[in-house]
Amino acid sequence: MEYESVIGLEVHAQLDTAAKIFCGCSTEFGAEGNSQTCPICLGMPGVLPVLNKRAVELALRSILAVGGQVQPKSIFARKNYFYPDLPKGYQISQYERPLGTGGSVTVHLDGLAKRVGITRIHLEEDAGKSFHPEGRAIEYSLVDVNRCGVPLIEIVSEPEIRSPEEAYAYLVALKQILQYTEVSRADMEKGKLRCDANVSVRPKGQKEFGTKTELKNMNSFRAVQKALEVEIARQIKIIDSGGKVVQETLLWDEDRQAVAPMRAKEFSDDYRYFPEPDLLPLEVSMDWLESVRKGLPELPEARRRRFIEVFSLSDYDASLLTSERAIADYYETAVGLYPNPKMVANWINVEVFRFLKEKKIFIDDLKVPAAELAALLKKLDSSSLSNTMAKEVLAAMVETGKTVEAVVAQKGLVQESDEAVLDGWVREVISAFPKQRESYKAGKKQLLGFFVGETVKKSGGKANPKLVSTLVKKHLGE
Amino acid sequence: MTFQPSDVERYAKLARLALSEEEKARFARELSSVLEYVGQIQKVDTSGITEYETVVPLPPAWREDVVEPSLSVEEALANAPDRKDNFFKVPRVL
Ligand SMILES: [Zn+2]
Repeated sequence: MEYESVIGLEVHAQLDTAAKIFCGCSTEFGAEGNSQTCPICLGMPGVLPVLNKRAVELALRSILAVGGQVQPKSIFARKNYFYPDLPKGYQISQYERPLGTGGSVTVHLDGLAKRVGITRIHLEEDAGKSFHPEGRAIEYSLVDVNRCGVPLIEIVSEPEIRSPEEAYAYLVALKQILQYTEVSRADMEKGKLRCDANVSVRPKGQKEFGTKTELKNMNSFRAVQKALEVEIARQIKIIDSGGKVVQETLLWDEDRQAVAPMRAKEFSDDYRYFPEPDLLPLEVSMDWLESVRKGLPELPEARRRRFIEVFSLSDYDASLLTSERAIADYYETAVGLYPNPKMVANWINVEVFRFLKEKKIFIDDLKVPAAELAALLKKLDSSSLSNTMAKEVLAAMVETGKTVEAVVAQKGLVQESDEAVLDGWVREVISAFPKQRESYKAGKKQLLGFFVGETVKKSGGKANPKLVSTLVKKHLGE
Repeated sequence: MTFQPSDVERYAKLARLALSEEEKARFARELSSVLEYVGQIQKVDTSGITEYETVVPLPPAWREDVVEPSLSVEEALANAPDRKDNFFKVPRVL
């Protein structure tokens, strides 16, 4: 039988604030264990949470960015469970009345665009982190509370994703939106983005959903894709052999590339949510919402379309250039200084990307500012540098951070404009090509470029092509 | 709606409380009467009354996104029953 998979993703993204959501402790990553805590995030008796306004603002941005509805009034709720990394015994989250509902993310896969619906976006606090030191005799776990109270949004998608590749593409698109809007750094390695997946399969054409399982513990987008592939195959095998899929939570094991059931005892699904009595309902005024909307930058999808229209770029080039906001900014700065959109796109998408990959750096860390790339391309355009030379110069700029002028001077690539020197080269070239000389004199004026090219070549790329052109014309009687 | 001793047992377990059989029976009785009282309140016709969460209108309380000093690690761990290095030490959870 042919099956179709039904996938919904729950993404937790850390909001890019300096302080935690309900207290003034820092959210800085990588601090010494338990050095960023206070009575509030340690859950001491008698303390009161006070909501970080910036966290709400960033959450609002994320809702607007996916075209969702901001609820004028939303309610915080307590999610109750016991786990050592949760000192209060409950997590403050939103349940029945989340801050945002609806919206969608546009996903590109195999040249097709598809919208994946968003169910809800809500605010919550993160829990702490527990470690389980390896060893036979070790009967303890260790807890670091630094992450407790770090602000998160949970973004829940509709079950509209139909394949593991689509899930991957959705995550890429969502991460792009979160980074463009500066809502989150969305860095999975630092735990700033986490993703759980719900997945079920059903015979193609069937309307009802099959029994779903929940996948946890994936630590990269590729791991999400792989875990889904493995789980979908497992479910199909069960159904094909006449069995039934059991609704359960499964943990992805990266080393074994397999899923395993989470021990049932660890968590109860009965969270006994109730409205958080220590916090007022969260009210968002129209004025506030409007000011957040005004501050929203151009989103990746809109920017991609604009690049195609305004700069006449291919879909491929535009997608690459808008993959990160910083790269798109870099491109636009360079094009502003050297208005040749296609050529700038080629140099960034091929040459610059190669260096970023080689050096494993982001464009912000590249030692060549956009203005210098533009300067280099201008030189290339005016033929004062050959294509090969320009690449050589760029490589040196990437290494040393020097300007185009400095590298060109250092490598002796300075353009030769001394008329006497140029005249010598032009004479040599003309006498070396008598046939072409006669043709030119007979009226084949397009051979001018040939003589200029040969002269520049002879000079090792140094000859100023404009002056050479004038000299060629002079010698051939014009 | 009434509370059975088995319900009490379930919630006691979720709250990590150990109750005797007598306590389970007593709490089932007491919680049932609380529920019954709530049931009475739910019968009041509230259509046409605007929903509100507090009886005292309060201005929103905000915190600006400013980092304030945290406790020292020593202070944070001062009440911990057990510790190892910088961390709270708890019975193995995995
Ligand atoms: Zn704190």
